[in-house]
Amino acid sequence: MMVFFALLHRELRLAGRQKFDVTLPLAVAVLILLLFPLSLGPEPDLLRRLAPAALWIAALLGALLGLDRLFHSDFDDGSLDQLILSGLPLPLLVLGKSLGHWLLTSLPMTAVTLLMGIFLNLPGTAFLPLALAMILGGASLTLLGTTIMALTLGARRGGALTGLLLLPLTLPIAIFGAGTVTAALSDLPTRPPLLVLGGIFLGCLAICPFLAAIALREALD
Amino acid sequence: MTIRFHYFANPTRALRVAKTLLPFSLAAMSVLLGWGLWLALYASPPDYQQGEAVRIMYVHVPAAWMALFVYIIVAAGSVSFLIWRHPLGELIAEAAAPIGACFTALALITGSLWGQPMWGTWWVWDARLTSVLILFFLYLGYMGLRNAFDDPAKGSRAASILAIIGTINLPIIKFSVDWWNTLHQPASVLRLGGPTIHPDMLWPLLIMAVGFKFYFLSVGIIRLRNHVALRRLQALSLLSSDSSSLAAVRLSSVAPFFAMGGYAFYVWPAYGVTFCVLAILFARSAIAMRRNEAAVQRLPSPQSVS
Repeated sequence: MMVFFALLHRELRLAGRQKFDVTLPLAVAVLILLLFPLSLGPEPDLLRRLAPAALWIAALLGALLGLDRLFHSDFDDGSLDQLILSGLPLPLLVLGKSLGHWLLTSLPMTAVTLLMGIFLNLPGTAFLPLALAMILGGASLTLLGTTIMALTLGARRGGALTGLLLLPLTLPIAIFGAGTVTAALSDLPTRPPLLVLGGIFLGCLAICPFLAAIALREALD
Repeated sequence: MTIRFHYFANPTRALRVAKTLLPFSLAAMSVLLGWGLWLALYASPPDYQQGEAVRIMYVHVPAAWMALFVYIIVAAGSVSFLIWRHPLGELIAEAAAPIGACFTALALITGSLWGQPMWGTWWVWDARLTSVLILFFLYLGYMGLRNAFDDPAKGSRAASILAIIGTINLPIIKFSVDWWNTLHQPASVLRLGGPTIHPDMLWPLLIMAVGFKFYFLSVGIIRLRNHVALRRLQALSLLSSDSSSLAAVRLSSVAPFFAMGGYAFYVWPAYGVTFCVLAILFARSAIAMRRNEAAVQRLPSPQSVS
């Protein structure tokens, strides 16, 4: 347990030294979101209808950028080898890195999308379901992203390949995440898609750390 | 069964069995596909609602079944490779993946050709179509990940893990039409309570399905032999860099009176695309296998592919 917190502390301290790396995905997400009203026109009803999809697309693409930081810097300077050889349980390492990524990228992304919701004329009742969906969906995204990053660790063209592999797996999250906000916009119950998002998150939590641990071990053989 | 499992861990032994099996598999495939085609295009009745366009079902449904079946083979091979380090598992997964990708693409294309006259649209974002599209990208991702590593051993291990992750998509595809309101019709064959399809249509469907399975077995064996030969050549760094020739297959023009009740524009392209893609896959695999096994035979070493 202490190891887990030590890992988390390390992640947060390293990120604190490279603040730009942390804020970059947020900036990209905001810029992508700005494209929607600028290209579609300022009509409020249209923006409101497109807001769920636009917010989720921007959040997904921003998260994809943030995943680069997860393993590559450790892989390049050899500290990942040290962590694996040190004998600590690899799923715990993966969980520590995922939690660090979620705290540093997903949670700020949630805050940013709430802010951008104002720009896209979301009504007040939609903000709580959006926040909950982003928190659950972002956690699943982080776990899936960690697994895929571990898989593509030694690959050529790692960046584009990660996108190709990750996006099909994240489509259910995007569908139900956007579905939550769409339901809130139409005054339909938001609990069913949120429950599905929660189920997806629990499934990812159960499977991804172990698969990512296997992938890490294979990548560093 | 356990003894057989480890017996075939030696690729040479597995290859010997595969070589003896191949002629019978090819014969079964030809007979079944020929009989199935005759039944599908000629000897089966048109549907009371869909007319002649129902004949697309006889290529669309078997292709979709094969897309799922081959993914199960890929996932099973990956599991046996990761857990028991069974070398044949990895070879089978590598050989089967492109075939599965072809079948998935065929299911999507023939389904699209069937959807336009029946539903009025080439595509709709319902659960079944979307999840099969995801399956297609999973196949592409599997093949891409394997080739993205300079070290082939690392590539095969990473791809095996990805195949296992993607298995979650299979129950979603199968049950999507039951869980959600979709445009795609619900299950009519593999369901509780037995098939709801008339025997006159069920039999051509099943014959085509088994014919496709023998196609998969034949091309799978050919690709397996090709990959084993490639591994030997790569191990000795003797691989030449010339590219294989693309076998061009041309369709003869349709006889005028096969108008398929007005649906000819959809039925004939569906069958055409199916058999074109399958023939090209077969030809490429066979040519590559011939070339690589000949190169292995020319090696100056005591052991050779027997």
